[in-house]
Amino acid sequence: MIVRIGLSSCGIAAGGLLVKEALAFAFEEEGLGWELQQTGCIGMCHYEPLVDVIHQDGSINTYGNVTVDTAREIVVAEMSGAALEKYRIATDREPNDCLAGQVRIALRNCGIIDPESIRDYTDRGGYQALQKALTRMTPQQVIEEIKISGLKGRGGAGFPTWFKWNATRQEPGDIKYLICNADEGDPGAFMDRSLLEGDPHAVLEGMIIAGYAIEATSGIVYGRAEYPLAIKRLGKAIGQARAQGMLGNKIMGSKFSFDISIKQGAGAFVCGEETALIASLEGERGMPRLKPPFPSQRGYWDKPTNINNVETLANVPWIIANGGESFAAMGTADSKGTKVFALAGRIKRGGLVEVPMGMPLREIIYGPGGGIKDDKRFKAVQLGGPSGGCIPEALLDTPVDYQSIKNTGAIMGSGGMVVMDETTCMVDLARYFLNFTQDESCGKCVPCRIGTKRMLEIMERLCAGEGQPGDIELLEMLGQQIMEGSLCGLGNSAPNPVLTTIRYFREEYETHIHDKKCPAKQCKALITYHIEADKCKGCTLCAKKCPVNCISGEAKKPHVIDQNLCTKCGTCLEVCPSKWSAVSVS
Amino acid sequence: MSCSCQTEEKAAIQRVSTETQISALEELINRYKGVEGSLISVLQGIQEMYGYLPRPVLEYIAKRLDIKKARIYGVATFYAQFRLTPVGKHLILLCQGTACHVNGADKIEAALCDELGVEMGGTTENRLFTLTEAACLGCCSLAPVMMIDGQAYGPLTPDQARKVIRGILKQEEQSREEVGA
Ligand SMILES: Cc1cc2nc3c(=O)[nH]c(=O)nc-3n(C[C@H](O)[C@H](O)[C@H](O)COP(=O)(O)O)c2cc1C
Ligand code: FES
Repeated sequence: MIVRIGLSSCGIAAGGLLVKEALAFAFEEEGLGWELQQTGCIGMCHYEPLVDVIHQDGSINTYGNVTVDTAREIVVAEMSGAALEKYRIATDREPNDCLAGQVRIALRNCGIIDPESIRDYTDRGGYQALQKALTRMTPQQVIEEIKISGLKGRGGAGFPTWFKWNATRQEPGDIKYLICNADEGDPGAFMDRSLLEGDPHAVLEGMIIAGYAIEATSGIVYGRAEYPLAIKRLGKAIGQARAQGMLGNKIMGSKFSFDISIKQGAGAFVCGEETALIASLEGERGMPRLKPPFPSQRGYWDKPTNINNVETLANVPWIIANGGESFAAMGTADSKGTKVFALAGRIKRGGLVEVPMGMPLREIIYGPGGGIKDDKRFKAVQLGGPSGGCIPEALLDTPVDYQSIKNTGAIMGSGGMVVMDETTCMVDLARYFLNFTQDESCGKCVPCRIGTKRMLEIMERLCAGEGQPGDIELLEMLGQQIMEGSLCGLGNSAPNPVLTTIRYFREEYETHIHDKKCPAKQCKALITYHIEADKCKGCTLCAKKCPVNCISGEAKKPHVIDQNLCTKCGTCLEVCPSKWSAVSVS
Repeated sequence: MSCSCQTEEKAAIQRVSTETQISALEELINRYKGVEGSLISVLQGIQEMYGYLPRPVLEYIAKRLDIKKARIYGVATFYAQFRLTPVGKHLILLCQGTACHVNGADKIEAALCDELGVEMGGTTENRLFTLTEAACLGCCSLAPVMMIDGQAYGPLTPDQARKVIRGILKQEEQSREEVGA
């Protein structure tokens, strides 16, 4: 028997390490020789900690939301050959609903193998694509295969991968670099983290194949400072790959030599942009520069450099192993293959899903995503993070492919999907994103540095109930100018969240400006909390929980909120027992 | 191999460093001396040792690595990771990413500020905790999330956030008692 526990950052955050200890303890107490393995994230993050029990005959029971106590119960049940039905969420024959409709290519090993074991990776066919490329394909043929596959960059811009490789390959020069962009800056996207934590060898193998195709001399992973576990596992994987001859001199007996190192970023969103990333790798402030020259012409230390995203690279071994046509057989005419999406926000089942391109948004959100939390009403989904846009309910049947998403005003981006319900204020959300980009603007060009600041000031005014007629038009004009005038992709896309929310939720802006009201009841300056005297039973719960002690009243008598002291934190509304619902917002 | 121009800086770092820190610093300098483009790695190394970037140490490495002070300051202030003031023993990173934002990160912030008696960015008087913001901790499906000393916690309610802090406080008290006993 093998017992497998999900120990990615999400599993660990949910208490996975304690469950692991409890399992080990139970094995020892019961005198069981069962093997305890760790694995990455299968994508059902809301079920973490997840435990798989794999029986001798290969059948599997999967348990979700395992706690220290249930861990023991599971062991006891499984010992007697039974399953603990209460906590079982799937078996090998009946996969969980979250996995229905998924096609896992980039995530093929995540949540299945031990990411710290190269054996596990090779047992599932790992490094065979590399062997195939090195022994049976020329670099040109590798590029050709990627061209057939139709793979486009998964990092944001969606540029054809083969084209970039070819451009770098054709540049003259003895020294060329391959960089893996693991900076994953979109707040709300976590597929790159999950890949690096759950299947680091897939990314390495993709890098080595890419390195071979462009004839690079070395590879660098630019990792995000906030992802310590990803960096650790990747470092370990590099060590293993080196020891087994997949990295270093004359890889797998071929003539190709290539090595990979890791450099850690230091927390700057703009460093996800290629030229800023290069500046950062060179130890400087991460300021972008004008393109051309493109990194393929003048990149890291002015040498030809190709930069690819983590997920892009993780697809590469699969394509080489299975042929470009199998990849191209999935997806739509303009977007081939599959894409990983990170579902988060007001969604029931947050996590990672990988589906064929072209699946309608609705199917993703209500299929694997399970719909909206607390059965509230769907309002919008934000695609592409701070550079992207909000897609409203009316467009929920939009297929996810690069062009269709672009037509809505949003972008595919890296695949972050943050779902919003009726409790999200779109004006506040747009302000939130703008605050982010404004903060992350490197300050090099004026439209981005000053333009986003001016836009943010207007947004803050709207949320504070000080909006003026004409503000919407002013935002639209500024947004257009910033998009056209900025130096890099950050500024070019920073106004997107504002412009798309104006486009689809204009009346919400107008209500903020003209009626000084926030329909979603989120903007603190525009709402007040009240306790309805006829409903309040004087249970004193709200008074006890109020962080600023602004609620008074005797036990069993109606309570009152002192509006002068109230910080509008909403705690009273949350704690008021639902049978009374005495707190109201207006 | 200390020449006279370095003695002043050296004396200054001795005031802010322990013996082990000084020898680790020398090691760091030797590792990166002459390695082009390594300034960020050097600063990360220093922050790892001191918890922040002490000014005398920056002035010292400017001399030793022959990098202009202005350049070091420029890089140190560009990136969110670097801090120029000391932090508490436990660093709390409260996620302000999109998923956490729409799931009520502001309420967690209010609870933490109240529990710790500090504002965002502040350090408690006993120097045990510093509360800072992070862009996204990559655990978005567990939103709202915070990370303390590399461990992520989520999904949080204001009460749970307070409990985590109290738990750490309790551990601190216990270990102090043990040392005292
Ligand atoms: C402001 C900004 C931030 C970006 N952040 C990332 C990122 O975090 N990860 C990423 O892979 N690409 C990011 N990109 C896109 C990269 O510049 C680049 O297009 C990508 O890494 C190329 O890889 P791909 O072709 O495999 O997608 C960002 C771009 C901009 C303008
Ligand atoms: S948004 Fe908070 S962890 Fe990603």
